[in-house]
Amino acid sequence: MNKVLLGLLLGGGLGVLDGLTAWFTPEVRKDILGIVMGSTFKGLVAGLLIGFFSKKVASVPATVVFGVIVSGFFAYLVAAQMGKYYFEVMLPGALVGLVTGYVTARYGKGAPAGNPERRAA
Amino acid sequence: MTALPDAAVSRLVRAIRAPDLSGTRYVLGREVGRGGMGSVWEAEDPELGRVVALKVLDLPDAAGDLAARLKREARVLARLEHPGVVPVHDVGTLPDGRPWYAMKLVRGDRLDAAAALLPTLRERLRLFLRVCEPVAFAHARGIVHRDLKPSNVMVGPFGEVLVLDWGIARLLDEEASERRPGPPAEPPIEPCEPRAGGPGTAAGTVLGTPGYMAPEQARGDGGVDARADVWALGVLLRGLAGPEALRARRLAAIVAKATAERPAERYEGAPALAADVVRYLDGEPVTAYRERPWERAARFAVRHRVALLLLLAYLAARAAVLLVYGR
Repeated sequence: MNKVLLGLLLGGGLGVLDGLTAWFTPEVRKDILGIVMGSTFKGLVAGLLIGFFSKKVASVPATVVFGVIVSGFFAYLVAAQMGKYYFEVMLPGALVGLVTGYVTARYGKGAPAGNPERRAA
Repeated sequence: MTALPDAAVSRLVRAIRAPDLSGTRYVLGREVGRGGMGSVWEAEDPELGRVVALKVLDLPDAAGDLAARLKREARVLARLEHPGVVPVHDVGTLPDGRPWYAMKLVRGDRLDAAAALLPTLRERLRLFLRVCEPVAFAHARGIVHRDLKPSNVMVGPFGEVLVLDWGIARLLDEEASERRPGPPAEPPIEPCEPRAGGPGTAAGTVLGTPGYMAPEQARGDGGVDARADVWALGVLLRGLAGPEALRARRLAAIVAKATAERPAERYEGAPALAADVVRYLDGEPVTAYRERPWERAARFAVRHRVALLLLLAYLAARAAVLLVYGR
Protein backbone atom coordinates (compact mmCIF):
# COMPACT_ATOMS: atom_id res chain seq x y z
CA MET A 1 0.00 0.00 0.00
CA ASN A 2 1.39 3.42 -0.81
CA LYS A 3 2.52 5.64 2.04
CA VAL A 4 -0.13 8.34 1.61
CA LEU A 5 -3.03 5.87 1.56
CA LEU A 6 -1.56 3.93 4.48
CA GLY A 7 -1.11 7.13 6.50
CA LEU A 8 -4.66 8.19 5.65
CA LEU A 9 -6.19 4.85 6.65
CA LEU A 10 -4.14 4.45 9.80
CA GLY A 11 -4.61 8.05 10.90
CA GLY A 12 -8.33 7.80 10.22
CA GLY A 13 -8.67 4.41 11.92
CA LEU A 14 -6.82 5.47 15.03
CA GLY A 15 -8.76 8.73 14.99
CA VAL A 16 -12.04 6.77 15.10
CA LEU A 17 -10.70 4.62 17.93
CA ASP A 18 -9.49 7.69 19.82
CA GLY A 19 -12.85 9.37 19.40
CA LEU A 20 -14.77 6.30 20.54
CA THR A 21 -12.98 6.35 23.88
CA ALA A 22 -15.14 9.37 24.70
CA TRP A 23 -17.91 6.84 25.34
CA PHE A 24 -16.17 6.00 28.63
CA THR A 25 -16.59 9.58 29.82
CA PRO A 26 -20.27 9.95 30.80
CA GLU A 27 -20.38 13.77 30.63
CA VAL A 28 -19.42 13.84 26.91
CA ARG A 29 -21.12 10.59 25.85
CA LYS A 30 -24.03 12.46 24.29
CA ASP A 31 -21.59 14.31 22.01
CA ILE A 32 -19.81 11.16 20.89
CA LEU A 33 -20.76 11.45 17.22
CA GLY A 34 -19.24 14.89 16.90
CA ILE A 35 -16.18 13.82 18.86
CA VAL A 36 -15.66 10.75 16.66
CA MET A 37 -16.11 12.81 13.49
CA GLY A 38 -13.71 15.49 14.71
CA SER A 39 -11.18 12.94 15.87
CA THR A 40 -11.43 11.04 12.59
CA PHE A 41 -10.97 14.22 10.57
CA LYS A 42 -7.97 15.15 12.72
CA GLY A 43 -6.50 11.66 12.20
CA LEU A 44 -7.12 11.76 8.44
CA VAL A 45 -5.41 15.12 8.02
CA ALA A 46 -2.48 14.08 10.22
CA GLY A 47 -2.21 10.73 8.40
CA LEU A 48 -2.26 12.46 5.02
CA LEU A 49 0.52 14.85 6.06
CA ILE A 50 2.54 12.02 7.57
CA GLY A 51 2.09 9.95 4.40
CA PHE A 52 3.31 12.77 2.17
CA PHE A 53 6.22 13.48 4.49
CA SER A 54 7.20 9.81 4.52
CA LYS A 55 7.04 9.71 0.74
CA LYS A 56 9.37 12.68 0.45
CA VAL A 57 11.75 11.76 3.26
CA ALA A 58 12.79 8.11 3.25
CA SER A 59 13.56 7.98 6.94
CA VAL A 60 11.72 6.10 9.67
CA PRO A 61 13.01 8.24 12.59
CA ALA A 62 12.26 11.52 10.76
CA THR A 63 8.73 10.36 9.91
CA VAL A 64 8.12 9.25 13.50
CA VAL A 65 9.25 12.65 14.84
CA PHE A 66 7.13 14.43 12.22
CA GLY A 67 4.14 12.23 13.12
CA VAL A 68 4.47 13.03 16.83
CA ILE A 69 4.77 16.76 16.14
CA VAL A 70 1.85 16.94 13.68
CA SER A 71 -0.51 14.78 15.74
CA GLY A 72 0.58 16.48 18.95
CA PHE A 73 -0.10 19.85 17.37
CA PHE A 74 -3.62 18.83 16.25
CA ALA A 75 -4.28 17.40 19.71
CA TYR A 76 -3.06 20.69 21.19
CA LEU A 77 -5.54 22.60 19.01
CA VAL A 78 -8.39 20.39 20.30
CA ALA A 79 -7.27 20.82 23.91
CA ALA A 80 -6.82 24.57 23.41
CA GLN A 81 -10.39 24.80 22.09
CA MET A 82 -11.60 23.21 25.32
CA GLY A 83 -9.10 25.21 27.36
CA LYS A 84 -8.30 22.16 29.52
CA TYR A 85 -7.34 18.45 29.45
CA TYR A 86 -4.09 19.26 27.65
CA PHE A 87 -2.22 16.22 28.92
CA GLU A 88 -5.15 13.79 28.54
CA VAL A 89 -5.73 14.82 24.93
CA MET A 90 -2.15 15.43 23.79
CA LEU A 91 -0.58 12.21 25.12
CA PRO A 92 -2.78 9.78 23.14
CA GLY A 93 -2.77 12.20 20.20
CA ALA A 94 1.01 12.24 20.03
CA LEU A 95 1.10 8.44 20.34
CA VAL A 96 -1.28 8.16 17.38
CA GLY A 97 1.25 10.19 15.40
CA LEU A 98 4.04 7.94 16.63
CA VAL A 99 2.25 4.78 15.49
CA THR A 100 1.13 6.32 12.19
CA GLY A 101 4.59 7.69 11.47
CA TYR A 102 6.35 4.42 12.18
CA VAL A 103 3.93 2.19 10.31
CA THR A 104 3.74 4.52 7.30
CA ALA A 105 7.50 4.85 6.97
CA ARG A 106 8.23 1.20 7.69
CA TYR A 107 5.53 -0.54 5.68
CA GLY A 108 4.26 1.94 3.12
CA LYS A 109 5.43 1.70 -0.46
CA GLY A 110 6.35 4.83 -2.35
CA ALA A 111 9.34 6.36 -4.06
CA PRO A 112 11.11 8.93 -1.90
CA ALA A 113 12.14 12.10 -3.70
CA GLY A 114 15.54 12.02 -5.42
CA ASN A 115 15.77 8.25 -5.76
CA PRO A 116 15.43 7.50 -9.46
CA GLU A 117 16.15 3.80 -8.95
CA ARG A 118 13.14 3.32 -6.71
CA ARG A 119 11.03 5.61 -8.88
CA ALA A 120 11.85 3.45 -11.88
CA ALA A 121 10.95 0.34 -9.92
CA MET B 1 74.24 -43.70 2.48
CA THR B 2 73.34 -40.31 3.92
CA ALA B 3 69.68 -39.29 3.83
CA LEU B 4 68.92 -35.92 2.33
CA PRO B 5 67.54 -33.33 4.76
CA ASP B 6 63.79 -32.69 4.50
CA ALA B 7 64.35 -29.15 3.27
CA ALA B 8 66.49 -30.42 0.43
CA VAL B 9 63.91 -33.06 -0.49
CA SER B 10 61.12 -30.50 -0.58
CA ARG B 11 63.26 -28.21 -2.74
CA LEU B 12 63.82 -31.09 -5.14
CA VAL B 13 60.13 -31.99 -5.22
CA ARG B 14 59.28 -28.37 -5.85
CA ALA B 15 61.85 -28.17 -8.63
CA ILE B 16 60.33 -31.24 -10.30
CA ARG B 17 56.77 -30.06 -9.94
CA ALA B 18 57.42 -26.40 -10.67
CA PRO B 19 56.13 -25.62 -14.13
CA ASP B 20 58.57 -24.35 -16.70
CA LEU B 21 56.95 -21.14 -17.83
CA SER B 22 59.43 -20.37 -20.58
CA GLY B 23 57.46 -19.55 -23.67
CA THR B 24 54.74 -17.89 -21.62
CA ARG B 25 54.68 -14.31 -20.43
CA TYR B 26 54.40 -15.33 -16.77
CA VAL B 27 57.04 -15.39 -14.06
CA LEU B 28 56.60 -18.21 -11.59
CA GLY B 29 55.99 -17.46 -7.91
CA ARG B 30 55.21 -19.70 -4.99
CA GLU B 31 52.84 -22.65 -4.93
CA VAL B 32 49.53 -21.58 -3.40
CA GLY B 33 47.41 -24.71 -3.62
CA ARG B 34 47.20 -28.31 -4.59
CA GLY B 35 44.20 -30.16 -5.92
CA GLY B 36 43.30 -33.57 -7.18
CA MET B 37 44.92 -33.27 -10.56
CA GLY B 38 47.30 -30.38 -10.33
CA SER B 39 48.70 -27.49 -8.45
CA VAL B 40 48.03 -23.79 -8.36
CA TRP B 41 50.92 -21.35 -8.52
CA GLU B 42 51.21 -17.66 -8.03
CA ALA B 43 52.64 -16.07 -11.17
CA GLU B 44 53.34 -12.53 -12.22
CA ASP B 45 52.19 -11.17 -15.53
CA PRO B 46 54.79 -8.45 -16.23
CA GLU B 47 52.95 -7.20 -19.33
CA LEU B 48 49.83 -6.30 -17.39
CA GLY B 49 51.61 -5.84 -14.08
CA ARG B 50 49.39 -8.16 -12.11
CA VAL B 51 49.69 -11.35 -10.14
CA VAL B 52 47.60 -14.29 -11.33
CA ALA B 53 47.00 -17.87 -10.28
CA LEU B 54 48.24 -20.56 -12.64
CA LYS B 55 46.64 -23.97 -12.52
CA VAL B 56 48.92 -26.65 -13.98
CA LEU B 57 48.76 -30.43 -14.14
CA ASP B 58 51.32 -32.03 -11.85
CA LEU B 59 52.67 -34.39 -14.50
CA PRO B 60 52.33 -34.72 -18.25
CA ASP B 61 49.15 -36.73 -18.81
CA ALA B 62 49.86 -39.41 -21.37
CA ALA B 63 46.26 -40.63 -21.56
CA GLY B 64 45.01 -37.11 -21.91
CA ASP B 65 42.08 -37.45 -19.53
CA LEU B 66 43.36 -35.05 -16.91
CA ALA B 67 44.62 -32.62 -19.51
CA ALA B 68 41.21 -32.65 -21.14
CA ARG B 69 39.61 -32.11 -17.75
CA LEU B 70 41.82 -29.09 -17.02
CA LYS B 71 41.08 -27.55 -20.42
CA ARG B 72 37.44 -28.27 -19.95
CA GLU B 73 37.46 -26.58 -16.55
CA ALA B 74 39.02 -23.48 -18.14
CA ARG B 75 36.27 -23.45 -20.79
CA VAL B 76 33.56 -23.87 -18.17
CA LEU B 77 35.00 -20.94 -16.21
CA ALA B 78 35.23 -18.87 -19.37
CA ARG B 79 31.54 -19.53 -20.00
CA LEU B 80 30.62 -18.37 -16.48
CA GLU B 81 31.23 -14.64 -16.45
CA HIS B 82 29.99 -13.82 -12.98
CA PRO B 83 31.54 -11.93 -10.03
CA GLY B 84 31.21 -15.12 -8.00
CA VAL B 85 33.19 -17.23 -10.45
CA VAL B 86 36.96 -16.89 -10.84
CA PRO B 87 37.67 -15.38 -14.27
CA VAL B 88 40.07 -17.16 -16.62
CA HIS B 89 42.68 -14.90 -18.23
CA ASP B 90 44.67 -17.23 -20.41
CA VAL B 91 45.24 -20.88 -21.38
CA GLY B 92 48.19 -22.72 -22.85
CA THR B 93 50.49 -25.72 -22.80
CA LEU B 94 53.93 -25.93 -21.19
CA PRO B 95 56.95 -27.15 -23.14
CA ASP B 96 56.63 -30.52 -21.35
CA GLY B 97 53.08 -30.91 -22.61
CA ARG B 98 51.26 -30.00 -19.40
CA PRO B 99 48.24 -27.75 -20.00
CA TRP B 100 47.70 -24.71 -17.79
CA TYR B 101 45.36 -21.85 -17.39
CA ALA B 102 45.76 -18.49 -15.72
CA MET B 103 43.00 -17.10 -13.56
CA LYS B 104 42.43 -14.40 -11.01
CA LEU B 105 44.45 -14.99 -7.86
CA VAL B 106 41.90 -15.39 -5.09
CA ARG B 107 42.91 -14.15 -1.67
CA GLY B 108 40.75 -14.83 1.33
CA ASP B 109 39.42 -17.55 3.58
CA ARG B 110 37.59 -20.79 2.98
CA LEU B 111 33.85 -20.55 3.50
CA ASP B 112 33.88 -22.30 6.88
CA ALA B 113 36.77 -20.19 8.18
CA ALA B 114 35.09 -16.98 6.99
CA ALA B 115 31.76 -18.03 8.49
CA ALA B 116 33.41 -18.73 11.84
CA LEU B 117 34.26 -15.02 12.02
CA LEU B 118 30.61 -14.01 11.61
CA PRO B 119 28.93 -13.75 15.00
CA THR B 120 25.28 -13.87 13.98
CA LEU B 121 23.17 -16.43 12.14
CA ARG B 122 21.77 -13.64 9.97
CA GLU B 123 25.24 -12.74 8.70
CA ARG B 124 26.09 -16.38 8.02
CA LEU B 125 22.85 -16.86 6.12
CA ARG B 126 23.58 -13.74 4.05
CA LEU B 127 26.98 -15.25 3.27
CA PHE B 128 25.23 -18.45 2.21
CA LEU B 129 23.01 -16.44 -0.13
CA ARG B 130 26.10 -15.05 -1.81
CA VAL B 131 27.30 -18.62 -2.38
CA CYS B 132 23.97 -19.42 -4.03
CA GLU B 133 24.32 -16.57 -6.55
CA PRO B 134 27.13 -17.98 -8.76
CA VAL B 135 25.69 -21.48 -8.41
CA ALA B 136 22.30 -20.23 -9.59
CA PHE B 137 24.02 -18.39 -12.44
CA ALA B 138 25.77 -21.63 -13.47
CA HIS B 139 22.49 -23.56 -13.27
CA ALA B 140 20.86 -20.99 -15.53
CA ARG B 141 23.63 -21.73 -18.06
CA GLY B 142 23.16 -25.45 -17.76
CA ILE B 143 26.23 -26.11 -15.64
CA VAL B 144 26.19 -28.18 -12.45
CA HIS B 145 29.23 -27.75 -10.19
CA ARG B 146 29.03 -31.20 -8.52
CA ASP B 147 31.74 -30.48 -5.96
CA LEU B 148 30.46 -27.69 -3.74
CA LYS B 149 32.14 -27.79 -0.34
CA PRO B 150 33.69 -25.23 2.04
CA SER B 151 37.16 -25.54 0.53
CA ASN B 152 35.76 -24.73 -2.91
CA VAL B 153 34.22 -21.47 -1.77
CA MET B 154 36.51 -18.56 -0.96
CA VAL B 155 35.48 -15.39 0.81
CA GLY B 156 37.63 -12.39 -0.01
CA PRO B 157 38.64 -9.57 2.31
CA PHE B 158 35.72 -7.41 1.16
CA GLY B 159 33.20 -10.20 1.64
CA GLU B 160 33.21 -11.20 -2.01
CA VAL B 161 32.39 -14.87 -2.53
CA LEU B 162 34.05 -16.94 -5.23
CA VAL B 163 33.13 -20.50 -6.12
CA LEU B 164 36.21 -22.44 -7.23
CA ASP B 165 37.15 -25.77 -8.75
CA TRP B 166 34.75 -26.39 -11.58
CA GLY B 167 36.87 -29.35 -12.69
CA ILE B 168 34.08 -31.90 -12.48
CA ALA B 169 31.26 -29.57 -13.47
CA ARG B 170 28.59 -31.12 -15.67
CA LEU B 171 27.28 -29.38 -18.74
CA LEU B 172 23.63 -30.22 -19.03
CA ASP B 173 22.94 -28.43 -22.32
CA GLU B 174 25.89 -30.12 -23.97
CA GLU B 175 24.76 -33.56 -22.88
CA ALA B 176 21.26 -32.76 -24.02
CA SER B 177 22.56 -31.60 -27.39
CA GLU B 178 24.58 -34.81 -27.65
CA ARG B 179 21.39 -36.78 -27.28
CA ARG B 180 19.66 -34.67 -29.93
CA PRO B 181 20.44 -35.13 -33.61
CA GLY B 182 22.24 -32.28 -35.37
CA PRO B 183 25.17 -30.02 -34.44
CA PRO B 184 25.48 -28.59 -30.92
CA ALA B 185 24.39 -25.01 -30.38
CA GLU B 186 27.71 -23.96 -28.80
CA PRO B 187 31.32 -25.05 -29.33
CA PRO B 188 31.54 -28.38 -27.54
CA ILE B 189 33.37 -28.94 -24.29
CA GLU B 190 34.31 -32.59 -24.11
CA PRO B 191 32.71 -34.39 -21.19
CA CYS B 192 35.45 -36.00 -19.19
CA GLU B 193 35.46 -38.68 -16.54
CA PRO B 194 38.98 -38.90 -15.12
CA ARG B 195 40.45 -42.23 -14.17
CA ALA B 196 42.40 -40.85 -11.27
CA GLY B 197 41.14 -38.62 -8.54
CA GLY B 198 43.03 -37.02 -5.75
CA PRO B 199 42.67 -35.78 -2.22
CA GLY B 200 39.20 -34.38 -1.71
CA THR B 201 37.66 -35.63 -4.92
CA ALA B 202 36.83 -39.27 -5.34
CA ALA B 203 37.99 -41.03 -8.46
CA GLY B 204 36.30 -43.12 -11.11
CA THR B 205 32.76 -42.73 -12.26
CA VAL B 206 31.74 -41.32 -8.90
CA LEU B 207 32.95 -37.73 -8.81
CA GLY B 208 32.60 -35.41 -5.88
CA THR B 209 33.42 -35.24 -2.21
CA PRO B 210 31.90 -37.64 0.33
CA GLY B 211 29.65 -35.77 2.70
CA TYR B 212 28.85 -33.12 0.09
CA MET B 213 27.74 -35.48 -2.68
CA ALA B 214 24.04 -35.95 -3.32
CA PRO B 215 22.92 -39.57 -2.89
CA GLU B 216 22.31 -40.03 -6.63
CA GLN B 217 25.77 -38.59 -7.34
CA ALA B 218 27.37 -40.91 -4.78
CA ARG B 219 25.63 -43.89 -6.40
CA GLY B 220 27.09 -42.84 -9.73
CA ASP B 221 23.64 -42.48 -11.27
CA GLY B 222 23.54 -40.79 -14.62
CA GLY B 223 21.41 -37.71 -15.02
CA VAL B 224 22.72 -35.75 -12.07
CA ASP B 225 21.27 -32.26 -12.39
CA ALA B 226 21.12 -28.93 -10.54
CA ARG B 227 19.44 -30.66 -7.60
CA ALA B 228 22.76 -32.36 -6.80
CA ASP B 229 24.19 -28.89 -6.16
CA VAL B 230 21.09 -28.07 -4.12
CA TRP B 231 21.94 -31.05 -1.92
CA ALA B 232 25.51 -29.79 -1.43
CA LEU B 233 24.21 -26.28 -0.75
CA GLY B 234 21.90 -27.80 1.87
CA VAL B 235 24.91 -29.40 3.56
CA LEU B 236 26.76 -26.07 3.43
CA LEU B 237 23.71 -24.34 4.90
CA ARG B 238 23.53 -26.88 7.72
CA GLY B 239 27.19 -26.24 8.50
CA LEU B 240 26.84 -22.46 8.37
CA ALA B 241 23.69 -22.36 10.48
CA GLY B 242 25.02 -24.69 13.17
CA PRO B 243 23.05 -27.07 15.40
CA GLU B 244 21.64 -24.32 17.62
CA ALA B 245 20.03 -22.45 14.74
CA LEU B 246 18.60 -25.64 13.30
CA ARG B 247 16.32 -25.94 16.32
CA ALA B 248 14.25 -23.34 14.49
CA ARG B 249 11.78 -25.51 12.62
CA ARG B 250 11.55 -23.36 9.53
CA LEU B 251 15.30 -23.25 8.99
CA ALA B 252 15.63 -26.96 9.73
CA ALA B 253 12.87 -27.61 7.18
CA ILE B 254 14.78 -25.65 4.54
CA VAL B 255 17.89 -27.76 5.18
CA ALA B 256 15.80 -30.94 5.17
CA LYS B 257 14.17 -30.04 1.87
CA ALA B 258 17.51 -29.16 0.27
CA THR B 259 19.05 -32.44 1.41
CA ALA B 260 16.06 -34.68 0.70
CA GLU B 261 17.03 -38.21 -0.36
CA ARG B 262 15.01 -38.03 -3.56
CA PRO B 263 15.91 -35.21 -5.99
CA ALA B 264 12.23 -34.66 -6.76
CA GLU B 265 11.64 -33.63 -3.13
CA ARG B 266 14.39 -30.99 -3.18
CA TYR B 267 14.31 -27.41 -4.38
CA GLU B 268 14.45 -27.22 -8.17
CA GLY B 269 17.60 -25.17 -8.13
CA ALA B 270 19.76 -22.76 -6.17
CA PRO B 271 17.41 -19.76 -6.76
CA ALA B 272 14.48 -21.55 -5.11
CA LEU B 273 16.61 -22.52 -2.11
CA ALA B 274 18.01 -18.99 -1.82
CA ALA B 275 14.49 -17.54 -2.05
CA ASP B 276 13.38 -19.66 0.91
CA VAL B 277 16.40 -18.53 2.96
CA VAL B 278 15.55 -14.91 2.10
CA ARG B 279 11.97 -15.54 3.24
CA TYR B 280 13.30 -17.00 6.47
CA LEU B 281 15.50 -13.94 7.03
CA ASP B 282 12.58 -11.60 6.29
CA GLY B 283 10.30 -13.45 8.71
CA GLU B 284 8.01 -14.61 5.93
CA PRO B 285 6.57 -18.10 5.47
CA VAL B 286 8.96 -20.55 3.80
CA THR B 287 7.84 -23.08 1.22
CA ALA B 288 9.61 -25.91 3.05
CA TYR B 289 7.47 -25.70 6.17
CA ARG B 290 3.72 -25.57 6.69
CA GLU B 291 3.14 -23.47 9.78
CA ARG B 292 0.51 -24.05 12.43
CA PRO B 293 -1.74 -21.04 13.12
CA TRP B 294 -0.02 -20.16 16.39
CA GLU B 295 3.39 -20.40 14.78
CA ARG B 296 2.20 -18.02 12.09
CA ALA B 297 0.90 -15.64 14.76
CA ALA B 298 4.17 -15.82 16.69
CA ARG B 299 6.18 -15.16 13.55
CA PHE B 300 3.92 -12.21 12.70
CA ALA B 301 4.35 -10.79 16.20
CA VAL B 302 8.14 -11.13 16.03
CA ARG B 303 8.32 -9.65 12.56
CA HIS B 304 6.16 -6.65 13.42
CA ARG B 305 7.16 -6.34 17.06
CA VAL B 306 7.99 -2.62 16.97
CA ALA B 307 4.68 -1.67 15.35
CA LEU B 308 2.77 -3.89 17.78
CA LEU B 309 4.65 -2.46 20.78
CA LEU B 310 3.84 1.08 19.64
CA LEU B 311 0.19 0.17 19.21
CA LEU B 312 0.17 -1.41 22.67
CA ALA B 313 1.83 1.72 24.07
CA TYR B 314 -0.94 3.84 22.53
CA LEU B 315 -3.69 1.56 23.92
CA ALA B 316 -2.00 1.50 27.33
CA ALA B 317 -1.74 5.31 27.35
CA ARG B 318 -5.39 5.57 26.30
CA ALA B 319 -6.45 3.15 29.05
CA ALA B 320 -4.31 4.98 31.62
CA VAL B 321 -5.86 8.33 30.73
CA LEU B 322 -9.33 6.82 31.03
CA LEU B 323 -8.59 5.16 34.35
CA VAL B 324 -6.67 8.04 35.96
CA TYR B 325 -8.51 11.05 34.56
CA GLY B 326 -11.80 9.41 33.64
CA ARG B 327 -11.73 10.81 30.10
